Amino acid sequence: MKEEHHAVVKEVDSVVIRFAGDSGDGMQLTGTQFTNTAAIIGNDISTFPDYPAEIRAPAGTIAGVSGFQVHLSDSDIWTPGDSPDVLIAMNPAALKASLPDMEPGATIIVNSDAFTQANLDKAGCETNPLAAGDKTLRDYRVIQAPISSLNRTAVQDIEGLSPKDRDRSRNFFALGLVYWMYDRPIDNTVEWAKKKFAKYPAVVEANIRALQAGYNFGNTTEAFQTRYRIKRAKLPPGTYRKINGNEAVAMGLVTVAKKAGKPLFYGSYPITPASDILHALSPLRNFDVLTFQAEDEIAAMGSTIGAAFGGALAVTGTSGPGIALKSEAMNLALMLELPIVIIDVQRGGPSTGLPTKVEQADLLQVMYGRNGESPMPVLAPSTPAECFDFTLEAFRFALRTMSPVILLTDGYLANSAEPWRIPDPEDIPPIIVEHPTEFNGDGRFLPYKRDPETMGRPWAIAGTPKLEHRLGGLEKSPEFGNVSYVPDHHQQMVNERAEKVARLADVIPEQTVFGPEEGDLLVVGWGSTYGAIHAAVRQAHNKGYSVAHAHIRYLNPFPRNLGDILKRYDRILVPELNMGQLAFILRGTYLLPVIPMDKVKGRPFKISELSEKIEELLAGDAS
Amino acid sequence: MTPIEPLQLTRKDFVSDQTVRWCPGCGDYAILSQIQKTMPQLGVPKENIVFISGIGCSSRFPYYMDTYGIHSIHGRAPTLATGLKIANPELSVWVITGDGDGLSIGGNHLVHACRRNIDINIILFNNRIYGLTKGQYSPTSPQGFRSKTSPMGTLEQPLNPVSVALASEATFIARTIDVIPKHMGGIFLKADQHKGISFVEVMQNCVIFNPGTWHEYSDRKTRDDHDLYLEDGKPMIFGKNKDKGVIWRRNGLEVVTLGDQYTENDLLVHDVSSIEIAWLLSRLQYPMPLGVILDITKPTYDLGLWHQVEVAKDQKGEGDLETLFNNADTWIVE
Ligand code: SF4
Repeated sequence: MKEEHHAVVKEVDSVVIRFAGDSGDGMQLTGTQFTNTAAIIGNDISTFPDYPAEIRAPAGTIAGVSGFQVHLSDSDIWTPGDSPDVLIAMNPAALKASLPDMEPGATIIVNSDAFTQANLDKAGCETNPLAAGDKTLRDYRVIQAPISSLNRTAVQDIEGLSPKDRDRSRNFFALGLVYWMYDRPIDNTVEWAKKKFAKYPAVVEANIRALQAGYNFGNTTEAFQTRYRIKRAKLPPGTYRKINGNEAVAMGLVTVAKKAGKPLFYGSYPITPASDILHALSPLRNFDVLTFQAEDEIAAMGSTIGAAFGGALAVTGTSGPGIALKSEAMNLALMLELPIVIIDVQRGGPSTGLPTKVEQADLLQVMYGRNGESPMPVLAPSTPAECFDFTLEAFRFALRTMSPVILLTDGYLANSAEPWRIPDPEDIPPIIVEHPTEFNGDGRFLPYKRDPETMGRPWAIAGTPKLEHRLGGLEKSPEFGNVSYVPDHHQQMVNERAEKVARLADVIPEQTVFGPEEGDLLVVGWGSTYGAIHAAVRQAHNKGYSVAHAHIRYLNPFPRNLGDILKRYDRILVPELNMGQLAFILRGTYLLPVIPMDKVKGRPFKISELSEKIEELLAGDAS
Repeated sequence: MTPIEPLQLTRKDFVSDQTVRWCPGCGDYAILSQIQKTMPQLGVPKENIVFISGIGCSSRFPYYMDTYGIHSIHGRAPTLATGLKIANPELSVWVITGDGDGLSIGGNHLVHACRRNIDINIILFNNRIYGLTKGQYSPTSPQGFRSKTSPMGTLEQPLNPVSVALASEATFIARTIDVIPKHMGGIFLKADQHKGISFVEVMQNCVIFNPGTWHEYSDRKTRDDHDLYLEDGKPMIFGKNKDKGVIWRRNGLEVVTLGDQYTENDLLVHDVSSIEIAWLLSRLQYPMPLGVILDITKPTYDLGLWHQVEVAKDQKGEGDLETLFNNADTWIVE
């Protein structure tokens, strides 16, 4: 080993790192490993995996670039960061795809071995950005590292390793280098590799050597003058783990079932980006988790209706195209009045759209995209960890109203990770489910006799003696539930189904506001845009602007005080990853002018975009 | 074991308070009545019986049964039945469907319910027409059939429900007809006794839009010469005078007249465990095989799933939330 040179260690508050390579290069894994290590050391983290819809898009092309961005900080962070401070680009396509996001002065580490003419052609690069005199990268600090060849040398004498396997470990070379740069130990990843590839000692060895070689490369290369250190974040005390939205939903579902003492039925059809919920639940049979991979989206929805009639806690998860297919059966559940939770992990649409990219364009679909008068409660968690709490909340609502409830997340929440303070299961209150066993009418059972407070109906389940009854999709008579076309019956039943949803406002917490209680501008958001909006409003606030942030987590019904809050600001800005869907609802509900701010690029908002818009609106207003 | 109390149920216990609204003379009445008569014989407490239907004339069925029931949406009944049976495998779950509901809009679900071998009973009323929507051809209408939507005759080939069930790996397949109540009753009972999917086609007459569609098989005068009553282990013999039979020749089934050339010993003997015989029978139109066509045993989906729950508990212990939450790299902030 060469002599260690004396790089200076600098303390920084935060850093944004992006690993980018071919979708076969293992960038998601590399980023995840780095994040895990940073999290264990106690940094606050926020991640943003960004990968193509194709499993192996053509190698070397822009379409095939897979990126993983992570933001580490010693204090609260809200987003995975607008632009990377450090980019690790494994090939020309990865470099080209990331450059538009980079600010001048950032560091770029490139695998120089990959900058061959063939790869440059595949990426559509007209010139070689690494060539002497080329101006593409002149604003950046560029470190050329021959990662492929150095890595090959590091692992060349391992027996039982094919040439292909040799090259496959080069992502760990890059990881080792970044570990060195950020003064992070490699041990955690070494342990992981030992466990993961226990059956393949040669692969374990290759990964460890690649990591070490990368680490040593940093240590010995003069190109690196500085190392960085980020202190532990001051998070509230507790035990933490990293969690993404899909994991949080899955854990929330299991928690509900356990707390209710009932089996969980999860009927679902594979669809990006919701499948990971099904993957997470399938191995949990010992929790009485009954996963059912249905033949299609409609069957998945139908199966939950049957399961709910049998007394299980029934759930389905899908994305926008799946909601379209499920809509008729969702309305059947609404008409039968059975408690079911429907998870929509939104993705870019319409049609197949952008399967792996984020968008919030299903709001109007879940609110209004069904035949007839069919209001359903809609909840939207705003962070990955909040997905856990809102899964529990969704079930409370379903049980209270005896209605299907929609939990609206999105591809960004689903895949982004943040620290989660692990709750003590004892602290989570039990979920009380009641099934009647006695008549509630004059010598008979009335399936649609409502609770005067909640307007919910009794959840009598098949198998209960004496309470045999029939449910159906045809309109029915109040209380009795027999088929009825009597005009007043239809009006009354439509009113009652709407009323029980509206009455959820009795138990929905009041809308809170970050910032002044009244002022020049209120920024209103929902769902995964929370972090970016919060950070932008904070910045503007610190600059002296009169601006506040309200993030709506209860979309149907709205919190009771929302209308009052909206009226207390001169202007209302509604940033959304759609073409103005919440803005449309707010206008219609409160008859207030709102300013939409739309983005449908398959990517989250940047803090800077929001800041600019806020400052543009308030230009000259600063106090 | 505690002795099971005899269930003192009668047909009347299964009649709901709703007025039956099929057209007078519709074949559905006879099927309803026969199912109501069969229920007390199942040995299942009434609260454990559930009828689930889709949309169509036949799908009004659950409203008329004083059991648990769901009148669902078009074609989807098997999906509800599947979820329900998984949630509570104790239940006796019946799907009532028709040729349009089960083979057109809900064809996919029928296929998958069969291949999963979930322990439910699917009764498909086949009247070869869309009744509730007033007379369009259905996926079982014969090619060339004239209807409101095929005034010059349909161009489509009909599906054969029994062949579909067989190709979908169903483990119990039977056919019966609305005009022979006793035959129907026997089949329904056997369908319920079978563990796994039970698929029953009932040839049913729609008096309004497709009267007499099965007339040669249902008319008292002709039916004995056109229907083949299958019995396991018995030769395939039919005809008013029991003088005709079915033999298996190189290329398939053939009808022969018993006499000098053929005796009963030459006839094909029915075997409900033979998928090959079931296939040949499913293609036969003259005579029309009635009875149990296939009855084989395979593991069922519902019990299989709950078995996995037991195995998982044995191997990993009862699920514990704390362990689940902490099953990742964790760190402590003080
Ligand atoms: S239309 Fe036909 S199938 Fe429907 S109820 Fe009338 S007779 Fe029966």
